[in-house]
Amino acid sequence: MISRREFVRELLADRGDLLVVPGLGSATYDTAAAGDHPLNFYLWGAMGGTAMIGLGLALARPDRRVAVITGDGDMLMGLGSLATIGVKQPKNLAIVVLDNARYGETGMQPSATDKGIDLVALALACRFKQARAVSGIETAAEVRALLHQGEGPLLVNARISAEDTPRVLPLRDGHAIKQRFIEALNSV
Amino acid sequence: MHSPTPIETSWPDAIYTQFRRVGIRQVGYVPDAGHSRLIALCQDDPDIADVVLTSEQEGIGLVAGAALGGQRTALLMQSSGVGNCVNMFSLLRNCGFGCVVLVTMRGEFGEFNPWQVPMGAITEDVLRLCGFLTYRIESADAVDDIVGAGCDMAFDGNLQVAILLSQRLIGRKQWTR
Repeated sequence: MISRREFVRELLADRGDLLVVPGLGSATYDTAAAGDHPLNFYLWGAMGGTAMIGLGLALARPDRRVAVITGDGDMLMGLGSLATIGVKQPKNLAIVVLDNARYGETGMQPSATDKGIDLVALALACRFKQARAVSGIETAAEVRALLHQGEGPLLVNARISAEDTPRVLPLRDGHAIKQRFIEALNSV
Repeated sequence: MHSPTPIETSWPDAIYTQFRRVGIRQVGYVPDAGHSRLIALCQDDPDIADVVLTSEQEGIGLVAGAALGGQRTALLMQSSGVGNCVNMFSLLRNCGFGCVVLVTMRGEFGEFNPWQVPMGAITEDVLRLCGFLTYRIESADAVDDIVGAGCDMAFDGNLQVAILLSQRLIGRKQWTR
């Protein structure tokens, strides 16, 4: 089982020009803990919509790499978006699911992935170019390379431990999060 | 074979002309019969990424991501689809993402299918509760003006604008017997 904080820190090391969309809850805290950055579009709501935000951004900026980093609960709520993404085949979109098989914000109740629902198989069935499951921290460097260079659409399901990590709370003002992201993206 | 009358073909074209004028680059939709021609025009346009959605609320995320990347998005949906979007609409308000939603109305005029009526009857109220400015179009000759004004408001001010195309405008869905 992977430690989530360490894994995300490794994924975002030397992030360069990566555009990051972290889903609400723990994925947003992990991303903030790895280092606040204006090119993180933190989410505090819109559960189920994270992957689609990644798609819209990837389609608008085919010259940039987009990484969606989200939890199993958010990804399960947006399963249809895997099909929508599969139809459009964005080469520059990668999705990492931090899968602790739990709903972290509501009392750690088990999610569907706890009972064998397979997000990797679902992604492949939706014509993702590649999808794989990882469960060791030693895979972090390889997954980081996929974020930067892997042909998308791709999905990595990382089985992480259901540990309780201290909350690291980034900006919560949606207008400010949007504005600084756009300004950073447009700066030369 | 039914040949479309000028009115049937021209009002979706008027919407498309406005989309081109304001530079819409992404169009998300769950297909609806009333939007057939507009969908086809968007599909045929190499400057527009047409995105067929499995459920209408996916379009909200698309709007947000596109806007982050500097592109404007229109969503096309039937009135039933508005109900599917309610919580996701909060993303647009919380972050100030402008968008225009074209809604073909069911369940309000000569509707054959009673299952369409509950959502059709509350669509405009739901949109307003979700923070949208709403405009209704009852006749084809108002399409150009209202869609143009709606698009300008949406993208000049980062506002959420919904344009309801009345069932009377679209024409009753014909069910074969």
